[in-house]
Amino acid sequence: MSDMIRLIEPLIPALRRYARALLHNPTDADDLVQDCLERAISRWHQRRTDGDVRTWLYAILHNLAVSQMRQRARRGSYMPVDDAPEATLAVAPSQDDGLLQRDLTAALAALPEEQRSVLLLVSVEGLSYAETAQVLAIPIGTVMSRLARARDRMIHLMDGENVAPVKRPLLRRVK
Amino acid sequence: MTVRPITEDDLQAFVDERLEATRRTEVEAYLACHPDVSRRVERMRALGNDLRGVFAPVAVEPVPAQLNLAHLVEARRRPRLPAWQAAAAAVLLALGGLGGWGLRGTLSPPMIGVDALAQEASANYSVYAPDHMRPVELAASESDELARWFSARLERRVGVPDLSSSGYRLMGGRLVATPHGPAGLLMYDDHHGTRLVMLMRPMAQPGDVPMREHRSGSAAGYAWAQDGLGYSLVGASDPVGLHTLANEIRRTTATNT
Repeated sequence: MSDMIRLIEPLIPALRRYARALLHNPTDADDLVQDCLERAISRWHQRRTDGDVRTWLYAILHNLAVSQMRQRARRGSYMPVDDAPEATLAVAPSQDDGLLQRDLTAALAALPEEQRSVLLLVSVEGLSYAETAQVLAIPIGTVMSRLARARDRMIHLMDGENVAPVKRPLLRRVK
Repeated sequence: MTVRPITEDDLQAFVDERLEATRRTEVEAYLACHPDVSRRVERMRALGNDLRGVFAPVAVEPVPAQLNLAHLVEARRRPRLPAWQAAAAAVLLALGGLGGWGLRGTLSPPMIGVDALAQEASANYSVYAPDHMRPVELAASESDELARWFSARLERRVGVPDLSSSGYRLMGGRLVATPHGPAGLLMYDDHHGTRLVMLMRPMAQPGDVPMREHRSGSAAGYAWAQDGLGYSLVGASDPVGLHTLANEIRRTTATNT
C-alpha cells in the first residue's frame, strides 16, 4: 500500500495539469483526477507489474475524461470557451500574456479531442511517442500524424488566415 | 554519404527534441536550405513553449485536500455509511433474504442424470432446430464421418439411428458443448419439414435409466440412458408420436450395441 502511495503521489500535479488542459474548468478537472486516483487505488493489484505507472495513470485519466466528454456532448451542456466566464478558464489571464493564454485555450478547445490529447501528452506532459501511443491505445504512426495535424491546426487557428499555407515535405513515411 | 530523405516525422521529433544527434544535424542542414519549412518548425516550437507556459502553474499549485492519496486510500478501506443508509441497507438485506427463501423451490440445485440431459437437449433444440442457415454441421451424406466424430469425442461407439421407417429423414449433426462435456446432436425432419433433435452423451453413472417424459416451453421430449449412454429426443410434435419414436430408437440402439 505504501508502495502505491510512493509511486502515485509524485504524479498527481502532472495529472492535474493534464486534466485541466482537457476540461478547462478547474473543479471538473480535480473531480476527474479524484475519480482517476480512486480507480487506480482499486485496480492497483490488477495493473501489469511490468508496465509504467505513469502511462497507466494517464490512460485511466484519459479514458475517464473521454467518457465524461461524450456524456456531456450527449446531454448538450457543452459550453463554448468564448462564453465561459473568465474564472472557469484554465488559468486566469494576467495583464501581459492574458491574450495569448486566451487564444491558446480557445484554439485547444477547438481541436478534435483525438488531436488535443496527443498534442498535450507529447508537448506539455513530455511523454515519449511510444508512451503516448500506449496511453491512447493507438499505433505510433497515428500518434505522429495526429501530432502534425494538431500543431498545424493550432497554428492556423491562432495565427489566422494571414499566414502563408504551411509547406510540408512531400515525403511521408510509408509503413 | 547519402542522407535519408527528411520526413514529416523527423520534423515533429525535431520540434520535440527527440532526434538522435546525427539525424538532428541532418535536419538542421535541411532546414538551413529550406527557410519556409524552417519557419514552420520554429512556429511549432514556439507553440510548444506557449502551451507548457500556460499549464505550468497548475503543476506547482498546492494539491487540494480532495486529492490526498492517503485519505482516498483510507476512505476506501472504511466506507462510512450515514445512519439512514445503514438502515436502508439492513432493510434491503432482509428483503433479499426473504426473496431468497421465497425462491428456494424455483432455484433448485443443478440437475443431474437424464434430467440434466433433457434440459441440454431442449436448449440445443431451441437453438439449432429453427436455424435456417446451418442447422447441422455435417450433412446426412456424411453420416459415417459423423459417427466416427461422435465416437471419438464421446469416447465410445456411437451409432446414427435410422428413423426413415417412421417418416423421419436424417439431416445431419454436430458436436455440441454441455456442462457435462461434449455431446452428439442429430437432427431429423419429416416431409412437412418438422424437425427433431436427438442429443447423446455419456452419463456419469453406468447402466440404464428408464425413459421419462420432459417438457420445456413448446418443446417436449423423452430422455433415457442405455448402458451409460444418455439419449434425449426433443421435438415440437405431439408427445405420443415422440414416445413411439423414442421407443424405436431405444430398440434399435439396443440391438446395435
